[in-house]
Amino acid sequence: MAKQTVVPFGPQHPVLPEPIHLDLVLEDETVVEAVPSIGYVHRGLEKLVEKKDFNEMVYVAERICGICSFMHGMGYCEAVEHIMHVDVPARAKYLRTLWCEMSRLHSHLLWLGLLADAFGFESLFMQSWRMREKILDMFEASTGGRVIFSVNRIGGVLKDIPPEMLRDFLKRFDDMGADLRRLTRTFLDDYSVNERLRDVGFLTKEQALSLGAVGPMLRASGVCYDVRKTGYAAYGDLEVEPVVSTIGDSYARCQVRIGELFQSLDLIRQVGEKMPTGPIAVPVKGNPEGEFFMRCEQPRGEAVYYVRANGTKNLDRMRVRTPTFANIPAMLQTLKGSQLADVPLLILTIDPCISCTER
Amino acid sequence: MAKLNRSPWLLHYDGSSCNGCDIEVLACLTPVYDVERFGVVNTGNPLHADILLITGGINSQNQAVVQQIYSQMPNPKVVVAVGACACTGGIFKECYNIHGGVDTTIPVDIYVPGCAARPESIIDGVVKAVGVFQEKYEKYVSENKERKRSS
Ligand code: SF4
Repeated sequence: MAKQTVVPFGPQHPVLPEPIHLDLVLEDETVVEAVPSIGYVHRGLEKLVEKKDFNEMVYVAERICGICSFMHGMGYCEAVEHIMHVDVPARAKYLRTLWCEMSRLHSHLLWLGLLADAFGFESLFMQSWRMREKILDMFEASTGGRVIFSVNRIGGVLKDIPPEMLRDFLKRFDDMGADLRRLTRTFLDDYSVNERLRDVGFLTKEQALSLGAVGPMLRASGVCYDVRKTGYAAYGDLEVEPVVSTIGDSYARCQVRIGELFQSLDLIRQVGEKMPTGPIAVPVKGNPEGEFFMRCEQPRGEAVYYVRANGTKNLDRMRVRTPTFANIPAMLQTLKGSQLADVPLLILTIDPCISCTER
Repeated sequence: MAKLNRSPWLLHYDGSSCNGCDIEVLACLTPVYDVERFGVVNTGNPLHADILLITGGINSQNQAVVQQIYSQMPNPKVVVAVGACACTGGIFKECYNIHGGVDTTIPVDIYVPGCAARPESIIDGVVKAVGVFQEKYEKYVSENKERKRSS
Protein backbone atom coordinates (compact mmCIF):
# COMPACT_ATOMS: atom_id res chain seq x y z
CA MET A 1 0.00 0.00 0.00
CA ALA A 2 1.26 3.44 -0.86
CA LYS A 3 1.88 5.96 1.86
CA GLN A 4 -1.07 8.12 2.77
CA THR A 5 -0.86 11.88 2.87
CA VAL A 6 -3.44 14.40 3.96
CA VAL A 7 -3.85 17.52 1.86
CA PRO A 8 -5.95 20.35 3.24
CA PHE A 9 -8.25 21.94 0.67
CA GLY A 10 -9.80 25.31 1.43
CA PRO A 11 -11.38 27.25 3.04
CA GLN A 12 -9.77 29.92 0.89
CA HIS A 13 -9.11 28.29 -2.45
CA PRO A 14 -8.94 29.81 -5.95
CA VAL A 15 -11.63 27.58 -7.42
CA LEU A 16 -14.11 28.00 -4.61
CA PRO A 17 -16.07 31.20 -4.43
CA GLU A 18 -17.19 30.12 -0.99
CA PRO A 19 -15.30 28.67 1.94
CA ILE A 20 -15.50 24.96 2.60
CA HIS A 21 -12.72 22.91 4.02
CA LEU A 22 -11.88 19.35 3.05
CA ASP A 23 -9.11 17.12 4.32
CA LEU A 24 -8.19 14.94 1.38
CA VAL A 25 -6.55 11.64 2.28
CA LEU A 26 -4.39 10.70 -0.68
CA GLU A 27 -2.55 7.64 -1.84
CA ASP A 28 -0.22 9.05 -4.45
CA GLU A 29 -2.61 11.08 -6.62
CA THR A 30 -5.75 9.15 -5.73
CA VAL A 31 -8.19 10.38 -3.13
CA VAL A 32 -9.12 7.60 -0.73
CA GLU A 33 -11.21 9.71 1.56
CA ALA A 34 -12.44 13.26 1.93
CA VAL A 35 -13.33 14.61 5.34
CA PRO A 36 -15.32 17.83 5.26
CA SER A 37 -15.38 20.43 7.97
CA ILE A 38 -17.88 23.20 7.65
CA GLY A 39 -19.06 26.21 9.59
CA TYR A 40 -17.14 29.06 7.97
CA VAL A 41 -20.35 30.75 6.85
CA HIS A 42 -22.51 29.80 9.77
CA ARG A 43 -24.49 32.79 10.99
CA GLY A 44 -27.25 31.15 12.98
CA LEU A 45 -30.05 32.93 11.21
CA GLU A 46 -32.69 30.38 12.18
CA LYS A 47 -32.47 31.68 15.71
CA LEU A 48 -33.30 35.18 14.51
CA VAL A 49 -36.97 34.16 14.76
CA GLU A 50 -36.70 35.14 18.40
CA LYS A 51 -35.76 38.71 17.53
CA LYS A 52 -37.64 39.38 14.30
CA ASP A 53 -41.35 38.87 13.74
CA PHE A 54 -42.73 36.52 11.14
CA ASN A 55 -43.10 39.26 8.52
CA GLU A 56 -39.54 40.47 8.91
CA MET A 57 -38.30 36.91 8.66
CA VAL A 58 -39.24 36.92 4.97
CA TYR A 59 -36.25 39.18 4.36
CA VAL A 60 -33.99 37.05 6.50
CA ALA A 61 -35.13 33.93 4.64
CA GLU A 62 -34.24 35.61 1.36
CA ARG A 63 -30.74 36.11 2.62
CA ILE A 64 -30.15 32.46 3.38
CA CYS A 65 -28.55 32.44 -0.03
CA GLY A 66 -28.15 35.14 -2.63
CA ILE A 67 -28.50 32.79 -5.59
CA CYS A 68 -31.83 31.17 -4.79
CA SER A 69 -32.87 34.18 -2.77
CA PHE A 70 -36.29 34.38 -4.37
CA MET A 71 -37.06 30.71 -3.78
CA HIS A 72 -36.01 30.88 -0.15
CA GLY A 73 -38.33 33.80 0.42
CA MET A 74 -41.14 32.05 -1.38
CA GLY A 75 -40.68 28.75 0.44
CA TYR A 76 -40.87 30.48 3.77
CA CYS A 77 -43.90 32.57 2.74
CA GLU A 78 -45.79 29.55 1.45
CA ALA A 79 -45.15 27.70 4.69
CA VAL A 80 -46.50 30.56 6.80
CA GLU A 81 -49.39 31.15 4.40
CA HIS A 82 -50.33 27.52 4.79
CA ILE A 83 -50.48 27.78 8.55
CA MET A 84 -52.55 30.97 8.36
CA HIS A 85 -54.87 29.58 5.68
CA VAL A 86 -54.19 32.51 3.39
CA ASP A 87 -55.56 32.16 -0.11
CA VAL A 88 -52.84 33.61 -2.30
CA PRO A 89 -54.25 35.20 -5.49
CA ALA A 90 -53.59 33.30 -8.71
CA ARG A 91 -51.62 36.12 -10.27
CA ALA A 92 -49.22 36.18 -7.34
CA LYS A 93 -48.69 32.44 -7.73
CA TYR A 94 -47.90 32.85 -11.41
CA LEU A 95 -45.54 35.73 -10.76
CA ARG A 96 -43.77 33.64 -8.15
CA THR A 97 -43.43 30.82 -10.64
CA LEU A 98 -42.02 33.17 -13.24
CA TRP A 99 -39.42 34.55 -10.86
CA CYS A 100 -38.61 31.03 -9.68
CA GLU A 101 -37.86 29.86 -13.18
CA MET A 102 -35.84 32.99 -13.89
CA SER A 103 -33.84 32.19 -10.74
CA ARG A 104 -33.25 28.68 -12.00
CA LEU A 105 -32.02 30.03 -15.33
CA HIS A 106 -29.58 32.44 -13.76
CA SER A 107 -28.40 29.89 -11.23
CA HIS A 108 -27.72 27.20 -13.83
CA LEU A 109 -25.92 29.69 -16.07
CA LEU A 110 -23.85 30.77 -13.11
CA TRP A 111 -22.99 27.15 -12.45
CA LEU A 112 -22.06 26.49 -16.07
CA GLY A 113 -19.71 29.44 -15.89
CA LEU A 114 -18.08 28.28 -12.67
CA LEU A 115 -17.73 24.79 -14.10
CA ALA A 116 -16.02 26.16 -17.20
CA ASP A 117 -13.75 28.18 -14.92
CA ALA A 118 -12.93 25.04 -12.91
CA PHE A 119 -11.64 23.22 -15.95
CA GLY A 120 -9.90 26.30 -17.25
CA PHE A 121 -12.12 27.26 -20.18
CA GLU A 122 -12.09 30.97 -19.47
CA SER A 123 -14.02 32.25 -22.47
CA LEU A 124 -16.84 29.81 -21.81
CA PHE A 125 -17.06 31.17 -18.28
CA MET A 126 -17.35 34.70 -19.63
CA GLN A 127 -19.98 33.71 -22.19
CA SER A 128 -22.14 31.96 -19.60
CA TRP A 129 -22.02 34.95 -17.32
CA ARG A 130 -22.76 37.29 -20.18
CA MET A 131 -25.97 35.36 -20.81
CA ARG A 132 -26.74 35.44 -17.13
CA GLU A 133 -26.58 39.23 -17.09
CA LYS A 134 -29.52 39.33 -19.49
CA ILE A 135 -31.66 37.56 -16.92
CA LEU A 136 -30.42 39.84 -14.16
CA ASP A 137 -31.45 42.80 -16.29
CA MET A 138 -34.97 41.44 -16.37
CA PHE A 139 -34.89 40.85 -12.65
CA GLU A 140 -33.80 44.40 -12.13
CA ALA A 141 -36.54 45.74 -14.40
CA SER A 142 -39.27 43.76 -12.66
CA THR A 143 -38.17 43.76 -9.02
CA GLY A 144 -35.56 46.47 -8.63
CA GLY A 145 -32.83 44.13 -7.41
CA ARG A 146 -30.21 42.08 -9.17
CA VAL A 147 -29.68 39.30 -6.68
CA ILE A 148 -31.78 40.11 -3.64
CA PHE A 149 -35.28 41.09 -4.67
CA SER A 150 -37.48 41.35 -1.58
CA VAL A 151 -40.67 41.01 -3.58
CA ASN A 152 -42.25 38.27 -1.51
CA ARG A 153 -44.53 38.90 1.40
CA ILE A 154 -46.89 36.75 3.38
CA GLY A 155 -50.08 36.78 1.30
CA GLY A 156 -48.65 37.42 -2.16
CA VAL A 157 -45.99 39.48 -3.86
CA LEU A 158 -45.10 43.16 -3.60
CA LYS A 159 -44.59 44.05 -7.25
CA ASP A 160 -46.57 43.39 -10.38
CA ILE A 161 -45.24 42.95 -13.89
CA PRO A 162 -47.26 45.12 -16.30
CA PRO A 163 -48.49 43.37 -19.48
CA GLU A 164 -46.13 45.29 -21.82
CA MET A 165 -43.16 44.35 -19.71
CA LEU A 166 -44.22 40.72 -19.62
CA ARG A 167 -44.58 40.69 -23.40
CA ASP A 168 -41.14 42.20 -23.74
CA PHE A 169 -39.70 39.59 -21.37
CA LEU A 170 -41.27 36.73 -23.27
CA LYS A 171 -39.76 38.03 -26.47
CA ARG A 172 -36.35 38.31 -24.84
CA PHE A 173 -36.63 34.75 -23.55
CA ASP A 174 -37.52 33.57 -27.04
CA ASP A 175 -34.40 35.20 -28.43
CA MET A 176 -32.38 33.72 -25.63
CA GLY A 177 -33.22 30.19 -26.74
CA ALA A 178 -30.96 30.34 -29.80
CA ASP A 179 -28.09 31.89 -27.85
CA LEU A 180 -28.41 29.26 -25.15
CA ARG A 181 -28.37 26.48 -27.68
CA ARG A 182 -25.12 27.80 -29.13
CA LEU A 183 -23.56 28.14 -25.69
CA THR A 184 -24.64 24.74 -24.40
CA ARG A 185 -23.53 22.98 -27.57
CA THR A 186 -19.97 23.75 -26.50
CA PHE A 187 -20.56 22.16 -23.12
CA LEU A 188 -22.10 19.05 -24.60
CA ASP A 189 -20.05 18.49 -27.75
CA ASP A 190 -16.68 20.14 -27.30
CA TYR A 191 -13.83 17.65 -27.22
CA SER A 192 -11.91 19.13 -24.31
CA VAL A 193 -15.01 19.61 -22.17
CA ASN A 194 -16.02 16.03 -22.82
CA GLU A 195 -12.56 14.85 -21.85
CA ARG A 196 -12.89 16.53 -18.48
CA LEU A 197 -16.46 15.58 -17.68
CA ARG A 198 -17.07 12.11 -19.06
CA ASP A 199 -16.54 9.11 -16.78
CA VAL A 200 -15.56 11.32 -13.85
CA GLY A 201 -17.32 11.09 -10.50
CA PHE A 202 -19.81 8.29 -10.98
CA LEU A 203 -22.77 8.04 -8.69
CA THR A 204 -25.06 5.07 -9.20
CA LYS A 205 -28.80 5.19 -8.80
CA GLU A 206 -28.63 3.12 -5.60
CA GLN A 207 -25.92 5.33 -4.13
CA ALA A 208 -27.84 8.48 -5.01
CA LEU A 209 -30.95 7.16 -3.29
CA SER A 210 -29.25 5.77 -0.22
CA LEU A 211 -27.12 8.88 0.29
CA GLY A 212 -30.18 11.08 -0.07
CA ALA A 213 -28.98 13.14 -3.02
CA VAL A 214 -31.41 15.71 -4.38
CA GLY A 215 -31.99 17.81 -7.47
CA PRO A 216 -29.87 17.48 -10.62
CA MET A 217 -27.43 15.25 -8.73
CA LEU A 218 -30.24 12.74 -8.18
CA ARG A 219 -31.80 13.11 -11.60
CA ALA A 220 -28.42 12.66 -13.33
CA SER A 221 -28.24 9.23 -11.70
CA GLY A 222 -31.49 8.15 -13.24
CA VAL A 223 -34.06 8.94 -10.55
CA CYS A 224 -37.11 10.77 -11.83
CA TYR A 225 -37.91 13.04 -8.93
CA ASP A 226 -38.74 16.71 -9.01
CA VAL A 227 -40.63 18.48 -6.24
CA ARG A 228 -42.22 20.85 -8.74
CA LYS A 229 -44.47 17.89 -9.49
CA THR A 230 -46.16 18.46 -6.13
CA GLY A 231 -47.64 21.61 -7.59
CA TYR A 232 -46.69 24.40 -5.20
CA ALA A 233 -46.99 28.00 -6.49
CA ALA A 234 -48.53 27.66 -9.97
CA TYR A 235 -46.69 24.48 -10.95
CA GLY A 236 -49.90 22.51 -10.53
CA ASP A 237 -51.31 24.21 -13.65
CA LEU A 238 -48.18 23.77 -15.73
CA GLU A 239 -46.63 20.82 -17.42
CA VAL A 240 -43.39 19.89 -15.70
CA GLU A 241 -41.49 16.84 -16.89
CA PRO A 242 -38.33 16.16 -14.83
CA VAL A 243 -35.11 16.13 -16.85
CA VAL A 244 -33.40 12.82 -16.20
CA SER A 245 -30.18 11.21 -17.34
CA THR A 246 -29.11 7.67 -16.56
CA ILE A 247 -25.34 7.97 -16.94
CA GLY A 248 -24.53 9.26 -13.46
CA ASP A 249 -21.19 10.98 -14.17
CA SER A 250 -20.21 14.66 -14.24
CA TYR A 251 -21.23 14.92 -17.86
CA ALA A 252 -24.73 13.73 -16.97
CA ARG A 253 -25.03 16.38 -14.28
CA CYS A 254 -24.06 19.01 -16.80
CA GLN A 255 -26.53 17.55 -19.28
CA VAL A 256 -29.39 17.60 -16.77
CA ARG A 257 -28.77 21.22 -15.84
CA ILE A 258 -28.62 22.23 -19.47
CA GLY A 259 -31.87 20.36 -20.07
CA GLU A 260 -33.38 22.31 -17.21
CA LEU A 261 -32.38 25.60 -18.78
CA PHE A 262 -34.62 24.82 -21.73
CA GLN A 263 -37.27 23.41 -19.43
CA SER A 264 -37.31 26.73 -17.59
CA LEU A 265 -37.69 28.63 -20.85
CA ASP A 266 -40.64 26.38 -21.66
CA LEU A 267 -42.21 26.92 -18.24
CA ILE A 268 -41.81 30.67 -18.61
CA ARG A 269 -43.61 30.46 -21.94
CA GLN A 270 -46.43 28.52 -20.29
CA VAL A 271 -46.61 31.10 -17.50
CA GLY A 272 -46.79 33.86 -20.13
CA GLU A 273 -49.71 32.17 -21.85
CA LYS A 274 -51.70 31.46 -18.72
CA MET A 275 -50.91 34.55 -16.61
CA PRO A 276 -54.22 35.45 -14.91
CA THR A 277 -55.26 38.99 -14.05
CA GLY A 278 -56.33 40.21 -10.65
CA PRO A 279 -54.77 41.29 -7.36
CA ILE A 280 -51.22 40.34 -6.46
CA ALA A 281 -51.64 40.10 -2.70
CA VAL A 282 -54.25 39.74 0.01
CA PRO A 283 -54.13 41.38 3.41
CA VAL A 284 -53.10 39.10 6.24
CA LYS A 285 -54.38 39.57 9.77
CA GLY A 286 -53.39 38.02 13.05
CA ASN A 287 -50.51 35.77 13.97
CA PRO A 288 -49.79 32.26 12.75
CA GLU A 289 -50.38 29.24 14.93
CA GLY A 290 -49.49 25.68 14.01
CA GLU A 291 -46.73 23.99 12.06
CA PHE A 292 -45.99 23.10 8.47
CA PHE A 293 -43.41 21.45 6.25
CA MET A 294 -43.01 23.12 2.89
CA ARG A 295 -40.93 21.59 0.11
CA CYS A 296 -39.78 23.32 -3.03
CA GLU A 297 -37.42 22.54 -5.86
CA GLN A 298 -34.51 24.89 -6.04
CA PRO A 299 -31.88 24.88 -8.78
CA ARG A 300 -29.77 22.65 -6.56
CA GLY A 301 -32.57 20.37 -5.46
CA GLU A 302 -35.22 19.94 -2.85
CA ALA A 303 -35.33 22.44 -0.01
CA VAL A 304 -37.46 21.91 3.07
CA TYR A 305 -38.85 24.65 5.31
CA TYR A 306 -40.23 23.77 8.66
CA VAL A 307 -42.11 26.47 10.50
CA ARG A 308 -43.72 26.21 13.91
CA ALA A 309 -45.75 29.10 15.23
CA ASN A 310 -47.34 29.66 18.61
CA GLY A 311 -49.85 32.43 17.99
CA THR A 312 -47.47 35.28 18.81
CA LYS A 313 -45.73 37.42 16.23
CA ASN A 314 -42.44 35.57 16.76
CA LEU A 315 -42.22 32.05 15.44
CA ASP A 316 -41.21 29.19 17.71
CA ARG A 317 -38.92 27.64 15.20
CA MET A 318 -37.86 27.91 11.62
CA ARG A 319 -35.76 25.15 10.16
CA VAL A 320 -34.37 24.97 6.66
CA ARG A 321 -32.88 21.88 5.07
CA THR A 322 -31.10 23.01 1.98
CA PRO A 323 -30.16 20.98 -1.10
CA THR A 324 -26.38 21.31 -0.83
CA PHE A 325 -26.49 19.91 2.68
CA ALA A 326 -28.28 16.85 1.33
CA ASN A 327 -25.78 16.53 -1.52
CA ILE A 328 -22.59 16.61 0.55
CA PRO A 329 -22.59 12.83 1.33
CA ALA A 330 -23.03 12.14 -2.39
CA MET A 331 -20.18 14.51 -3.19
CA LEU A 332 -17.88 12.72 -0.74
CA GLN A 333 -18.82 9.47 -2.44
CA THR A 334 -17.86 10.80 -5.88
CA LEU A 335 -14.56 12.10 -4.48
CA LYS A 336 -13.51 8.63 -3.30
CA GLY A 337 -11.19 7.11 -5.86
CA SER A 338 -10.92 10.27 -7.93
CA GLN A 339 -7.71 11.98 -9.01
CA LEU A 340 -6.51 14.98 -7.04
CA ALA A 341 -6.68 17.13 -10.16
CA ASP A 342 -10.37 16.37 -10.54
CA VAL A 343 -11.30 17.37 -7.00
CA PRO A 344 -12.27 21.00 -7.75
CA LEU A 345 -14.40 19.85 -10.65
CA LEU A 346 -16.15 17.19 -8.60
CA ILE A 347 -16.90 19.62 -5.82
CA LEU A 348 -18.43 21.93 -8.38
CA THR A 349 -20.59 19.30 -10.02
CA ILE A 350 -22.93 19.24 -7.03
CA ASP A 351 -23.27 23.01 -7.49
CA PRO A 352 -22.34 23.70 -3.89
CA CYS A 353 -23.95 26.59 -2.12
CA ILE A 354 -22.19 26.83 1.19
CA SER A 355 -24.02 29.83 2.55
CA CYS A 356 -27.33 28.01 2.45
CA THR A 357 -25.81 24.81 3.78
CA GLU A 358 -24.54 26.54 6.88
CA ARG A 359 -27.06 29.35 7.19
CA MET B 1 -10.09 58.84 -10.10
CA ALA B 2 -6.60 58.33 -8.82
CA LYS B 3 -3.81 58.17 -11.33
CA LEU B 4 -2.74 54.57 -11.62
CA ASN B 5 0.87 53.69 -11.96
CA ARG B 6 0.50 49.96 -11.46
CA SER B 7 -2.05 47.15 -11.58
CA PRO B 8 -3.06 46.08 -8.10
CA TRP B 9 -4.15 42.48 -7.73
CA LEU B 10 -7.20 41.55 -5.84
CA LEU B 11 -8.09 38.69 -3.53
CA HIS B 12 -11.67 37.91 -2.70
CA TYR B 13 -12.63 36.12 0.48
CA ASP B 14 -16.17 35.21 1.38
CA GLY B 15 -16.61 35.77 5.11
CA SER B 16 -20.10 34.73 6.07
CA SER B 17 -21.94 36.37 3.21
CA CYS B 18 -25.23 35.11 1.87
CA ASN B 19 -23.66 34.84 -1.58
CA GLY B 20 -25.49 37.92 -2.80
CA CYS B 21 -22.47 40.23 -2.55
CA ASP B 22 -20.20 37.36 -3.36
CA ILE B 23 -21.77 36.75 -6.73
CA GLU B 24 -21.80 40.46 -7.47
CA VAL B 25 -18.06 40.60 -6.86
CA LEU B 26 -17.64 37.82 -9.40
CA ALA B 27 -20.02 39.60 -11.77
CA CYS B 28 -17.61 42.56 -11.70
CA LEU B 29 -15.03 40.36 -13.37
CA THR B 30 -17.26 39.34 -16.26
CA PRO B 31 -17.72 41.12 -19.60
CA VAL B 32 -20.52 43.51 -18.63
CA TYR B 33 -18.60 45.16 -15.78
CA ASP B 34 -15.05 44.02 -16.36
CA VAL B 35 -12.80 45.45 -13.63
CA GLU B 36 -9.78 44.19 -15.52
CA ARG B 37 -9.94 47.34 -17.60
CA PHE B 38 -8.57 49.13 -14.52
CA GLY B 39 -5.67 46.70 -14.46
CA VAL B 40 -7.19 44.85 -11.53
CA VAL B 41 -6.69 41.10 -11.70
CA ASN B 42 -8.39 38.58 -9.47
CA THR B 43 -5.96 36.17 -7.86
CA GLY B 44 -6.44 33.25 -5.53
CA ASN B 45 -3.15 33.62 -3.72
CA PRO B 46 -2.86 36.00 -0.74
CA LEU B 47 0.86 36.40 -1.42
CA HIS B 48 0.07 37.91 -4.82
CA ALA B 49 -2.64 40.24 -3.60
CA ASP B 50 -2.61 43.96 -2.85
CA ILE B 51 -6.30 44.49 -2.25
CA LEU B 52 -8.41 42.23 -0.07
CA LEU B 53 -12.12 42.23 -0.85
CA ILE B 54 -14.24 40.74 1.90
CA THR B 55 -17.94 40.02 1.71
CA GLY B 56 -19.94 38.99 4.73
CA GLY B 57 -19.40 39.44 8.44
CA ILE B 58 -16.97 37.82 10.80
CA ASN B 59 -17.97 34.72 12.75
CA SER B 60 -16.14 32.55 15.24
CA GLN B 61 -15.02 30.07 12.63
CA ASN B 62 -13.68 32.40 9.94
CA GLN B 63 -12.04 35.00 12.19
CA ALA B 64 -8.71 33.18 12.26
CA VAL B 65 -8.86 32.59 8.52
CA VAL B 66 -9.40 36.28 7.77
CA GLN B 67 -6.56 37.25 10.11
CA GLN B 68 -4.29 34.75 8.47
CA ILE B 69 -5.07 35.88 4.94
CA TYR B 70 -4.52 39.49 5.95
CA SER B 71 -1.16 38.73 7.54
CA GLN B 72 -0.05 36.74 4.49
CA MET B 73 -0.57 39.67 2.15
CA PRO B 74 2.56 41.72 1.45
CA ASN B 75 2.77 45.35 2.57
CA PRO B 76 1.25 47.77 1.67
CA LYS B 77 -2.25 46.34 1.61
CA VAL B 78 -5.78 47.67 1.31
CA VAL B 79 -8.97 46.10 2.65
CA VAL B 80 -12.38 46.68 1.09
CA ALA B 81 -15.50 45.57 2.97
CA VAL B 82 -18.25 44.83 0.47
CA GLY B 83 -21.89 44.89 1.51
CA ALA B 84 -23.82 45.69 4.64
CA CYS B 85 -22.72 42.44 6.26
CA ALA B 86 -19.03 43.19 5.85
CA CYS B 87 -19.49 46.81 6.98
CA THR B 88 -21.47 46.21 10.18
CA GLY B 89 -22.90 42.70 10.27
CA GLY B 90 -25.96 43.84 8.35
CA ILE B 91 -29.16 41.87 8.67
CA PHE B 92 -27.29 39.16 10.56
CA LYS B 93 -25.90 41.51 13.18
CA GLU B 94 -28.05 40.01 15.91
CA CYS B 95 -27.17 36.42 15.07
CA TYR B 96 -25.39 34.58 17.87
CA ASN B 97 -22.49 33.59 15.67
CA ILE B 98 -21.76 36.98 14.09
CA HIS B 99 -19.14 39.19 15.73
CA GLY B 100 -19.91 42.11 13.43
CA GLY B 101 -18.28 43.73 10.45
CA VAL B 102 -14.82 43.02 9.08
CA ASP B 103 -13.37 45.92 11.07
CA THR B 104 -13.84 43.91 14.27
CA THR B 105 -10.93 41.78 13.11
CA ILE B 106 -8.71 43.64 10.63
CA PRO B 107 -8.43 47.32 9.67
CA VAL B 108 -10.74 48.30 6.80
CA ASP B 109 -9.96 51.12 4.37
CA ILE B 110 -13.05 51.26 2.16
CA TYR B 111 -16.67 50.45 3.00
CA VAL B 112 -18.99 49.58 0.12
CA PRO B 113 -22.65 49.84 1.17
CA GLY B 114 -25.62 47.91 -0.14
CA CYS B 115 -27.44 44.69 0.43
CA ALA B 116 -26.53 43.35 -2.02
CA ALA B 117 -23.82 45.82 -3.03
CA ARG B 118 -24.26 46.66 -6.70
CA PRO B 119 -21.44 45.94 -9.13
CA GLU B 120 -21.15 49.65 -9.91
CA SER B 121 -20.52 50.48 -6.27
CA ILE B 122 -18.13 47.56 -5.89
CA ILE B 123 -16.13 48.85 -8.84
CA ASP B 124 -16.24 52.32 -7.32
CA GLY B 125 -14.89 50.85 -4.09
CA VAL B 126 -12.14 49.02 -5.91
CA VAL B 127 -11.10 52.13 -7.81
CA LYS B 128 -11.00 54.08 -4.53
CA ALA B 129 -8.97 51.26 -3.04
CA VAL B 130 -6.50 51.61 -5.89
CA GLY B 131 -6.10 55.27 -4.90
CA VAL B 132 -5.55 54.36 -1.26
CA PHE B 133 -3.10 51.72 -2.35
CA GLN B 134 -1.12 54.27 -4.33
CA GLU B 135 -0.91 56.59 -1.32
CA LYS B 136 0.12 53.79 1.02
CA TYR B 137 2.70 52.66 -1.49
CA GLU B 138 4.31 56.08 -1.80
CA LYS B 139 4.41 56.46 1.96
CA TYR B 140 5.86 52.99 2.31
CA VAL B 141 8.60 53.73 -0.23
CA SER B 142 9.60 57.06 1.32
CA GLU B 143 9.66 55.54 4.83
CA ASN B 144 11.85 52.76 3.59
CA LYS B 145 14.25 55.25 2.03
CA GLU B 146 14.42 57.15 5.28
CA ARG B 147 15.08 53.99 7.20
CA LYS B 148 17.91 53.09 4.83
CA ARG B 149 19.43 56.54 5.06
CA SER B 150 19.39 56.58 8.88
CA SER B 151 20.85 53.10 9.20
S1 SF4 C 1 -24.98 42.56 2.54
FE1 SF4 C 1 -26.91 41.53 1.99
S2 SF4 C 1 -26.51 40.59 0.01
FE2 SF4 C 1 -24.53 41.10 0.92
S3 SF4 C 1 -23.87 39.25 1.96
FE3 SF4 C 1 -24.97 40.51 3.45
S4 SF4 C 1 -27.10 39.81 3.40
FE4 SF4 C 1 -26.08 39.05 1.55
